[in-house]
Amino acid sequence: MCGIVRLYCTTPEMERKLGDYLSSMLIEMTDRGPDSAGVAFYREPAPAGHVKVTLFAGDSDYDWSRLAADLGEALGGDVKVSRHGSHAVLLVPGAFEAARAYLEEKHPALRLVSAGDTIEIFKDTGLPEAVVEAFSLRQMTGTHALGHTRMATESAVTTAGSHPFSTGMDLCLVHNGSLSNHNRLRAFLRKRDIEIQTENDTEVAAGYLTWRLREGDSLEEALTAGLKDLDGFYTFAVGTREGFAVLRDPIACKHAVMAETDDWVAMATEYRAIANLPGSDQARIWEPAPSQIYSWSRS
Amino acid sequence: MIDVDLAKSDLRSLNSRLQAVSEGSNETEWRVLNPQGAHAVAVGLTQPIRVEVQGHVGFYCGGMNQMAEIVVQGHAGPGVAENMMSGKVRVTGNASQSAGATGHGGLLVIEGDASSRCGISMKGIDIVVKGSVGHMSAFMAQTGRLVICGDAGDDLGDSIYEAQIFLRGKVGRLGADCIEKEMRPEHMEALQSLLDQAGVEAKATEFRRYGSARKLYNFNVDHADSY
Repeated sequence: MCGIVRLYCTTPEMERKLGDYLSSMLIEMTDRGPDSAGVAFYREPAPAGHVKVTLFAGDSDYDWSRLAADLGEALGGDVKVSRHGSHAVLLVPGAFEAARAYLEEKHPALRLVSAGDTIEIFKDTGLPEAVVEAFSLRQMTGTHALGHTRMATESAVTTAGSHPFSTGMDLCLVHNGSLSNHNRLRAFLRKRDIEIQTENDTEVAAGYLTWRLREGDSLEEALTAGLKDLDGFYTFAVGTREGFAVLRDPIACKHAVMAETDDWVAMATEYRAIANLPGSDQARIWEPAPSQIYSWSRS
Repeated sequence: MIDVDLAKSDLRSLNSRLQAVSEGSNETEWRVLNPQGAHAVAVGLTQPIRVEVQGHVGFYCGGMNQMAEIVVQGHAGPGVAENMMSGKVRVTGNASQSAGATGHGGLLVIEGDASSRCGISMKGIDIVVKGSVGHMSAFMAQTGRLVICGDAGDDLGDSIYEAQIFLRGKVGRLGADCIEKEMRPEHMEALQSLLDQAGVEAKATEFRRYGSARKLYNFNVDHADSY
């Protein structure tokens, strides 16, 4: 099972209501994935010379102000922080690598969820409705977002095993399906210094894309290579800073439907998640073909 | 005309009412509003009534239909008219995968494109698609006819039995044991009659016929490479 939803706005009006619409889509997919839920929002670019970082602390009382002060001191600049439930979004000055090295050394218990210019990832265990509530997702604005409701099959129900998975700066992956060669591929990727935190199969696919992109592939090339190297069944949705991409495996038995109007482009595992969007009655609706990369981006 | 608004009434009560229509009843015209992608709309009908669904539906719309005529004004999700026994189902938009799967009879018309596995394991249903169909359509199709006015994806008619495929456009790659066959006058005539019945304006002479090479019905070691 699992449910995927994704919404890309083409009008400022839709951008203002992105969180509300995406939350409704996510909740509609509850019975496909009641174990955990997560979203990636692309919104409010970091100021020049800054990186936006989302972190997860297991402790909901975590002292983020203290962390921001320590991190700012170490990096020689101000770090702005805003709490979102069990997560926090930090605006960090300078290069990302310096912040990452500091966090890994001084705060190994914190989990890096996403990094980039506009991306923010929030995910947790529990019903989608609870996740929407915990992160106040309905209030979120942004240009585009994707979400996932998980029915766990390959690994445990944990926050770390929830989707989306970060695959690099401003990149993330959600997945409906399962992979059968993830153990061998995980070992292969770890040997190439790709960090994989869990036993989850999708994280391996995310790591695979991270590796291909690091080796110089474009996103399209990385996904095309994945058609050969990732064994299993899947509908992937990839979020990028400018838009998103969709890819289904060659057999394409995992459901997916796409819809487009002048105001938005949406994709979901089932159409009912899209039905609540304005103008969906008149949308162009189709099922994406197998092995074909569909991508949208801001020109 | 009886209107049922799914924004106000639940799906189960709609299906119960449709299934409870008795023989000879004058409740023959129904309209379903606001389906909002709901699954299993108008399934298991057994009387010759007409149901018009105004909007897009989810999975399995019109499944197991007998005698009823169901029109979906919009897109249909996976498995529309699955296991239909008789009657008609028409989709004015596109259809997702497995349209008409395992259907035993009746007529399914898709005015847009149908996705993969259209007519999978069909057992007597007639399916007419005005647009194109995706890969693995008519997989293991046993009897009945699949008419495709556009193109067909790869592996058309893989492991097909005695169903007939009529294709006007191109096919990516034929499936195992599926071959092109001669279009004889009787096929031409039967196809034209089916196109007319489906309300699709097309000439039977523009179609090619595909069917089984009959090499894979039973295991034969000489054909091992074809499996």
